[in-house]
Amino acid sequence: MDMRNARLAGVMAEFDGPQKILAAAKAVKKEGYRRFDAFTPYPIEELNHVIAGDESRLPLMVFLGGLFGCIGGFSLQYWINVYAFPMNIGGRPLNSWPAFIVPTFEMTILFAGITAVLGMFALNGLPHPHHPVFNVDRFALATDDKFFLWIEAEDPQFELAKARSFLEGLSSVAVSDVYDD
Amino acid sequence: MAESTPKGAAVDNPLLASGHTPGSVTDKISSVVLSGIPKWWYVVTALTFGLVMMLFYALAVLLVKGVGIWGINIPVGWGFAIVNFVWWIGIGHAGTLISAILLLLRQDWRNSINRFAEAMTIFAVACAGMFPLIHMGRPWRFFWMLPYPNTFYLWPQFRSPLIWDVFAVSTYAIISILFWYVGLIPDMATLRDRTKNKIARVAYGVLSGGWRGSARHWHNYELACLLLAALATPLVISVHSVVSFDFAAGIIPGWHTTIFPPFFVAGAVFAGFAMVVTLGVPLRQLFGLQDFITPKHLDNMGKIMLATGMIVVYGYAAEIFFAWYSKNPFDIYMVLNRMEGPYRYVWFALILCNAVSIQALWWTKVRTSVVGIMIVSMFVNVGMWLERFIIVITSLHRDFMPSSWDMYYPTRWDWAIFIGSLGLFLTLMLVFIRVLPSISIFEIRMLLPGAKGGEE
Repeated sequence: MDMRNARLAGVMAEFDGPQKILAAAKAVKKEGYRRFDAFTPYPIEELNHVIAGDESRLPLMVFLGGLFGCIGGFSLQYWINVYAFPMNIGGRPLNSWPAFIVPTFEMTILFAGITAVLGMFALNGLPHPHHPVFNVDRFALATDDKFFLWIEAEDPQFELAKARSFLEGLSSVAVSDVYDD
Repeated sequence: MAESTPKGAAVDNPLLASGHTPGSVTDKISSVVLSGIPKWWYVVTALTFGLVMMLFYALAVLLVKGVGIWGINIPVGWGFAIVNFVWWIGIGHAGTLISAILLLLRQDWRNSINRFAEAMTIFAVACAGMFPLIHMGRPWRFFWMLPYPNTFYLWPQFRSPLIWDVFAVSTYAIISILFWYVGLIPDMATLRDRTKNKIARVAYGVLSGGWRGSARHWHNYELACLLLAALATPLVISVHSVVSFDFAAGIIPGWHTTIFPPFFVAGAVFAGFAMVVTLGVPLRQLFGLQDFITPKHLDNMGKIMLATGMIVVYGYAAEIFFAWYSKNPFDIYMVLNRMEGPYRYVWFALILCNAVSIQALWWTKVRTSVVGIMIVSMFVNVGMWLERFIIVITSLHRDFMPSSWDMYYPTRWDWAIFIGSLGLFLTLMLVFIRVLPSISIFEIRMLLPGAKGGEE
């Protein structure tokens, strides 16, 4: 990579165990850094909690998606059977709602499920094929068996030398600067 | 184990052979995809692909000549197409049960089998969906079943279980594909980072959407998986219930019973687990994945087969009891006709496969033996197909008026399309095993001792 025009994006430390990165993430947070993230080969609940907190807008989004499917699915059937194509079968009510429950239910699930997937992508900012962290050679191991933690240069209290030595002190295996090409 | 890392910290875990590390799990499972293609794969795929060609030929003849090439008639208007449809969609249900219900119940053992079980679901639903389409006679007009504004000013009949089926099955197919895809994202990122092939790297990179394993992403990802599981759980129960409404809402003796929805759902899980075993055992033997699919898994699957199988047997008993209790001559005749009529051999084979053979699963030795559970699963695969045959054919062929009775004999085109759909299913599975990890890599890493990061 050509470093001459590259912009410093952050500094990254590698760890070889889940306990170590968990301790490191707690220390980084305690030190006052806000813009940092961990990269792990599998979800580690406590680590996700330390970094991302408990909050997520996803459940609300999925609820609204399901509500849309539910109301939309029922309304469509109501409109078709009562207004667009009314069929009088032995004087039975046009709005025969018990028969509409099944498609309404299926539409609820369909829209909630699609919202769950698209919402997850949207909240995570994915797809995002190019990201500065991929410029670290050993980062390929983040999807294998190594654990990474980086502090972004955007963090208000970021100073390269300070952040580097801080991460080096956290039982990391290696620390490298991350450049955005 | 306060100080230990996953390396060298493996303890005895019946779900996973000891001595594994996150790295060795990655190596072992991704090597199935990334190493060279074994010879047997070409041979088997050639055979199954030959069956796909037979399917295409039979479908072409069907489209040219029409459904008259089948053995269907009046009164037996449904025939093999609906038998196969119900059988295939039932098989799919075990995949959703494993991926959704067992996730909600925190059954860790599902982590080794959920991926290929979900693939099985999708391919089984694809095979299932084909049958009602071709059974319509003019499949190119399938979109008439969907509610869309058209120049006829016509709309679908939402009071019919057949339209409910369209909604249930298509929702099921879409949600199953989404769930499967979401589960694959982290593993496709692993393959992206490991493959040496440039085209494969781009393909896995695009499909994984640039996944980088960020803790913030995992947080939303795990929520999305849980929410999808919570949505898929009632969905899977609704799908086979709705399929059973196709029958139960009819007035034919043998169909018009209230036990059908739970009976169908139990039968679906029963058939599906038999198919998971049928696919999982060869997968584990041929690719040396014994470390991940252990006797413990076979044991658990055997238990579920036994439990759901006994519910199915209860369903048979209930049908007979209610025919007797109702004093309805048509219902009583339907039951006696199954046992003594022209299709009695099918009924006896059904009882042998679904009620008698599964009794072997009471023994742990049978459940944990590769050969034992494989033999029982084969019986169940056949038995559940026979059950659908009995429900569809014997109920229709002799209904209320003896003057309208008739026999149903499948033709070679019925067989060609049924066996061809088996070929399609197996071909899709074989291709899947070659291009995507058939066991979830990241979920196996989570099973490793010390993986949670806390003090253990």
